[in-house]
Amino acid sequence: MQDQFNALADAVTARLKGDEGFLLNFGGETSQFVRFNHAAVRQPGTVEQSYLSLELFRGKRHAATSITVVGMPAEDIARVDAALTALRDVLADTPEDPHFLINTVPQSTTRDLPHALPTADDALSAILDAGAGEDLVGFYAAGPIHAGFANSFGQRNWDTVHSFCFDACFYLQADKAVKFDYGGTHWDGRAFTAKVEAAKMHLHALARPAHTLAPGGYRVYLAPAAMEEVLGMLSWGGFGLADHKTGTTPLLRMREGATLSPMVTLTENFADGLAPQFQGEGFVRPDAVTLIRNGRYVDCLAAPRSAAEFDAPQNGAEGGEFPLALDMAGGALAEADILRTLGTGVYVGNLWYLNYSDRNACRMTGMTRFATFWVENGEIVAPMNVMRFDDSAYRMLGDNLVALTAAREPRLATDTYGARSRRSMTLPGAVIDDFRLTL
Amino acid sequence: MSSIADIASRFSAVAPACDTWTLRVERHRSESLSVTRGVVDPVGLGDDLGVMVTVYADGAFGYAATSDVTTSGLARAGRAARDWATRAAGRAIAVPLPRRGQPVTHDAEAPAAMPWHSVSRADKLDRLRKAAAALKTDDRIATWDAGVRFSDVESVIVSADGDFIRQRYGLVIPGMEASASDGNETQTRTFGRGGAIRQGGLEVLDELGFWDAAPRIAAEALELLTAADCPTGDMDLLLAPDQMYIQIHESIGHPLELDRILGDERNYAGTSFVTPDMFGSYVYGSKILNVSFDPGLVSEAASYAYDDDGAPATRALLIRDGILERPLGSETSQKRANMSGVANARACSWNRPPIDRMANLNIEAGDRTFAQMVAGVENGIYMETNTSWSIDDSRNKFQFGCERGRLIKDGVLGAVVKNPNYRGISATFWRNLKALGDATTVQVQGTPNCGKGEPNQAIHVGHATPPGLFAGVSVFGGG
Repeated sequence: MQDQFNALADAVTARLKGDEGFLLNFGGETSQFVRFNHAAVRQPGTVEQSYLSLELFRGKRHAATSITVVGMPAEDIARVDAALTALRDVLADTPEDPHFLINTVPQSTTRDLPHALPTADDALSAILDAGAGEDLVGFYAAGPIHAGFANSFGQRNWDTVHSFCFDACFYLQADKAVKFDYGGTHWDGRAFTAKVEAAKMHLHALARPAHTLAPGGYRVYLAPAAMEEVLGMLSWGGFGLADHKTGTTPLLRMREGATLSPMVTLTENFADGLAPQFQGEGFVRPDAVTLIRNGRYVDCLAAPRSAAEFDAPQNGAEGGEFPLALDMAGGALAEADILRTLGTGVYVGNLWYLNYSDRNACRMTGMTRFATFWVENGEIVAPMNVMRFDDSAYRMLGDNLVALTAAREPRLATDTYGARSRRSMTLPGAVIDDFRLTL
Repeated sequence: MSSIADIASRFSAVAPACDTWTLRVERHRSESLSVTRGVVDPVGLGDDLGVMVTVYADGAFGYAATSDVTTSGLARAGRAARDWATRAAGRAIAVPLPRRGQPVTHDAEAPAAMPWHSVSRADKLDRLRKAAAALKTDDRIATWDAGVRFSDVESVIVSADGDFIRQRYGLVIPGMEASASDGNETQTRTFGRGGAIRQGGLEVLDELGFWDAAPRIAAEALELLTAADCPTGDMDLLLAPDQMYIQIHESIGHPLELDRILGDERNYAGTSFVTPDMFGSYVYGSKILNVSFDPGLVSEAASYAYDDDGAPATRALLIRDGILERPLGSETSQKRANMSGVANARACSWNRPPIDRMANLNIEAGDRTFAQMVAGVENGIYMETNTSWSIDDSRNKFQFGCERGRLIKDGVLGAVVKNPNYRGISATFWRNLKALGDATTVQVQGTPNCGKGEPNQAIHVGHATPPGLFAGVSVFGGG
């Protein structure tokens, strides 16, 4: 596939006229997708997709088109020809773009991560065996994901990762369930079994009568999966250069000097993530960008276009300036001390459906979901009925942040909108005081 | 490049041996034009073409999708789908073989009074530039943009039984936004925040008043910047259509999806507080609440004659006089649940299998003018334009936020307030529906990004609705 991509890049190069140049991005995957419900197969299939994004420029005029390709040179080159014709028409209609910024110094890279994925038959059997006798519902996704970049300056980048992810729940009844996932690049049957058995253990705790809390402030422990939702919400505009410069960031008050707890350090850790090493305009990403250090805002994610508009250096971000490998530093809380430190309060396994209730105050709302427990004096007492929270990040990650766990959990994004995600986070759990539950 | 009908016609010669198969070919051609902070953004084109093969064999289904639409690619997809059916055989949720009788032949294109390409790109960009410039009325307008995305969506479904269904429509999604910022405060007004989505051509922009909206949006953003915060308390709540649509979407549409009720979505989008035994008797709302599945409303975002399983789509009431009657369940779900439903098997594109979706899910008009609705409120608030939405995984406990609120005292619209939010519970909220606007107040809204499914699918849906008045709602502001 890399050879086919490079051949297409050469074909585009040969078709350039005058002072034209190009950027070529490739995104492709061959994915096994299997849905499960009630421990049986619901929808099994394969999706094989190859998208080529061709951007043609002449000086500071530029336009892009995204097309599907088939992997056969004659057909694909015909599509590229049609795309070039369409883009030349567009360039005739569009003015110069003062924010056009691309990498002009070739930095070619190739990465093909080692992997060991199960066959479809083996994965199916392992999952169905794990679900036998239980109400298992979940989703398995696996296979290669490819990304490529080429430009008219001779740069060629290729990145392939073969990964799998099984994201699932064991349900006890109604909305009482334990969620777990197992993902990575090397399938290990023993590790999979350990995840399954741990989830089944938690399922037993859900059998007790559910506890319903009155609205109010409670001490809570947010497990890393719940922290992923909070940090995911912050990621929508919280770290982008354009959002900060235009005042639309939910961290507006940090721009004006507000701080979080000194325990909070957030880094865009490209080096340890699964995202490609290069971005859409051809810049190779730095290993890391520090966003917040010890509670103080340090830097934004800057895509080339924003960098040009706001006269700042780009730092490998894509257009939306959304973190791809967000890393939160751990604290000092040992795993064994989580319940004791929580004392009496709520152990939140997962949060769900977050959104802002007051963006200026970085106040967000959302729901508890899956395994969430009422804890008294460091002992799990009962599962909780779902509750809504509505609280500000300045409180949750500010004065009310009691402790962060020393251990951190890698969280691979499981979303598959349009394509399998390559985003990830590495996060600790957090004990938070006076967490506002509202409904 | 072959037409998508030609691509579809090549499959039968290479189809695998199986009980039955269907092939769906989809092509989405798109163009995005926008202007941000005074600069024309790079024009984006798209041409997304591929096929989805579904095979039924050995008592199970399997699918395979590919962007390789050569004959060899189609054959490979057919074999892959067949292999999945074999793998799943005896281990899959039982779904009977689909039977429909006589083969269907249907070939139709939705009308557009002013096709997208009837106006040059340069002229469209020029109008957008002027609209965007009209948003920058003050130094405090910190960011502003205007844009339109157009998609030409074409699909062909063929089957082993001889069906041929071709459908094509244009989808127009305009957007406009102004954010006013001063120190620690930023307030944003938008042109419906994505809710202004319709089928058709450029006439949609005129019908929606898009070209004239900029001065109002900028003025309202600036007005919000100095407005008081929304008060807290239980009060009457009057929702504009550009908030009603998301209330319908989250707390009626999603809980009525039959695949949720059957548990398919419990790992991702969630379950439902609605159970099968509730249909026919459950009081979902007050007696004035009538909710329809209406795939035939011209220009609404999700109008179609056949769904993506090839089932004919017709109008049906889901809630009649407040009583729950029928779920949003496609043929497959109907067979699994032994219930009647609607033709709502939809896929967001060629690379995803159909699942139960909302399509056009509408609230029928009531009998009040807008002025009569306001006049009936002693102490309340009017909220416009959704900006925040959140609901639990059973689709019961919700919280919504809007861009703009106006207090209502003794039947009169009063001061503008910022950060208006409200929360409630689906199971009781609709029972407090006091009044609905008449036919003159109905607006066709929708959303381009309804998310659901594994693998994930974001799809457009339509919601036509009048404004609605609710009693005793918990309202609050920011801070």
